Amino acid sequence: MIAIENLTKRFGQFTAVDDLSFTVKSGEVVGFLGPNGAGKSTTMKMITGFLAPTSGHISVFGYNPQTHSLKAKTLMGYLPEGAPCYGDMTPIKFLRFIGEVRGFRGAELTQRVRAVVMSLQLGSVLNQPIETLSKGFKRRVGLAQAIIHDPQVLVLDEPTDGLDPNQKHEVRRLIRNLSKDKIVIVSTHILEEVTAVCTRAMIIADGKLLVDETPAELEARSRYHGAIRLELSHANHALEQLKKLEDVASVTQSSDGGMLTVFPKDGASLFLPINALLQKNNWEVHEFHVEKGRLDEVFRTITKGVKAQGVKVNG
Amino acid sequence: MGNFFVVLKRELASYFATPLAYVFIVMFLMLTGVFTFFIGGFFENGQADLWAFFNFHPWLYLFLVPALSMRLWSEERKSGTIELLMTLPISLGDMVVGKFLAAWLFTGIALALTFPLWITVNYLGDPDNGAILAGYLGSWMMSGGFLAIGSCISAATKNQVIAFILTAVVCFLFVMSGFDLVLEWFTGWAVDWVVDAVAALSFLTHFNAIAKGVLDLRDVLYFMVIIIGWLLATAIVLDMKKAD
Repeated sequence: MIAIENLTKRFGQFTAVDDLSFTVKSGEVVGFLGPNGAGKSTTMKMITGFLAPTSGHISVFGYNPQTHSLKAKTLMGYLPEGAPCYGDMTPIKFLRFIGEVRGFRGAELTQRVRAVVMSLQLGSVLNQPIETLSKGFKRRVGLAQAIIHDPQVLVLDEPTDGLDPNQKHEVRRLIRNLSKDKIVIVSTHILEEVTAVCTRAMIIADGKLLVDETPAELEARSRYHGAIRLELSHANHALEQLKKLEDVASVTQSSDGGMLTVFPKDGASLFLPINALLQKNNWEVHEFHVEKGRLDEVFRTITKGVKAQGVKVNG
Repeated sequence: MGNFFVVLKRELASYFATPLAYVFIVMFLMLTGVFTFFIGGFFENGQADLWAFFNFHPWLYLFLVPALSMRLWSEERKSGTIELLMTLPISLGDMVVGKFLAAWLFTGIALALTFPLWITVNYLGDPDNGAILAGYLGSWMMSGGFLAIGSCISAATKNQVIAFILTAVVCFLFVMSGFDLVLEWFTGWAVDWVVDAVAALSFLTHFNAIAKGVLDLRDVLYFMVIIIGWLLATAIVLDMKKAD
C-alpha cells in the first residue's frame, strides 16, 4: 500500500505539489491526469524517492522513500518522464545492468532479461546502441527496465508518449496483464488511456488533487453521459417529438440538420423511450449511439474551472 | 556492496564503448613520450631513472584528467539518466565510489601502458625499480586526487565544458600552491603556518617526493584524504542538486 499524507513540494516560490493526500491499495491501477506542469511528475519523483518532499509523508509498504530509500526502491519499478537510458549501451547490456543492480545473477538474470525482451518485443534491436533507436523502442527499453524485477509498485510517467497506436495498445495490454496484486501509477495526457487501463483516475491541477474516482464515474460527470446520438431521415420532424419525451432535458441539431443529440435529465435513461418512439413512427434510422461521456470535456471543465475561479471542485 | 561493483563495471565498459577511451590513451601515451624525450631530456640526463617521465605528470593530468572526469556526472544530469540511477536500489556511496573507481582504474590502465619506458630504462641501464614503482604509485594517487576534484565539479553542473574548465582551474590551483611564485606572494603578509599550509596543500610537494622514489606514508595519506574529501563533497553536491 502507498499512503501519502499532506504531500507538498515547493521549488523556491513555486508550489508544484500542494497538500496532496491519498492512498493506493494493491491491485489498483491509478491514472494521474492533469495539464502540463500540474505536478504529476513531481509527485511521482517524490514517490520514487528521487525528490525529497518539502513537507508531508510518503509510505511505500511502510518504507519512507527518503529514510529507507534502498528498501523502498527495491519494491518499485520506475519509468521516468522521457524514458532516459544510457545511449551508448545496447538494450541487452542496459537490461543486464539493471538486472544486476536489482540483484539477479547468472541464469536468473538471463531468464529475466529474456522475459522482458519478449514481452516488449525488443528482440530485433538488442545489439544496437540505444541512442540510435526510434522513440518507440527507447520507450519500450525504458519500460522493460521498470518491470524486469516484477515490482510490487510500478510508476510510469507517460509510458505511451511517442508510441504508435499499435505500440500503445501493446503497452496498455502489458499494464493490464500485470498481476492483480500490484500497484500501478500511470501519468498520461491521453484520456482514452484512463478508461483503457485504470481502475481509478485522479485529476491533478496546480498541484492539487481535484478528482479521485473511477473512470466510469468521471465519464458520468459529462453532459454527454447517457446522451443519444441519432442520424435519421426525418430529423426535423423527430426533433419536435423527442423534445416532448418525459426524460429529455434538451435536444441539439447538427448544422446540416441530419444529426440529433438528445440529452437526458439527471440520471435518466433514454434508450427505451427513444427506441419505442422510433419504432412507433417507423423513421428510417442511420445511426443510433449511446454516449458514455466525453472525458476531454470533463477534463477541461474541471481543470479550467479551477484556473479561472480558484475554486476547489470536490469529487 | 555488490552494486558498487555493478556500477564500476558499467562505467568502465562505457569508456570503451566510445572512441573516448582510445583517444585518451593515445593522447596520454603520445604526450608522455613528448614530455619525456624532448622536453624532459631523458637521454641527455644520462641517468637510468624515470624522473624525466614523472616530472611532467602533474601538467599532463591538468588537461587530460578533467577531460575524463567532466562526463562522470554532467552527462547523467544532461541526459536525465541520473533520475533512473537514483531511483535504482543503489546507495549514493556505491554510485560515487563506483564511478570514481572506474575512472581511476582507467587512468591506471593508461599509466600501465607506458611500460615500454620502464623496459627501456632497464635495457639501457640499471635503475632503481623500487623508486620507479613508487613513482608510478605516486602518479596514480595524484591522478585519483585530480579525478576526485573533477567528480565533485562534474556533479555540480549539466554542462561538460564548464565541468572541464572549472576542474582544470581548481586542479591548477592545487598544483600551483606549491610553487615558490605563489608562496612568495603569501610570505609577504601571511604568518608562517598559513604559508606552510598552502604549500602542504600542493599536489606538487607531495608528488615530487614520491616521484623521486621516497614513498612517505604522509604523502600517500595526503592523496587519500584529498580523494575521500572530494568524494564526500561529490555525494553532498549530488544529494543537494540532483533534481536541478
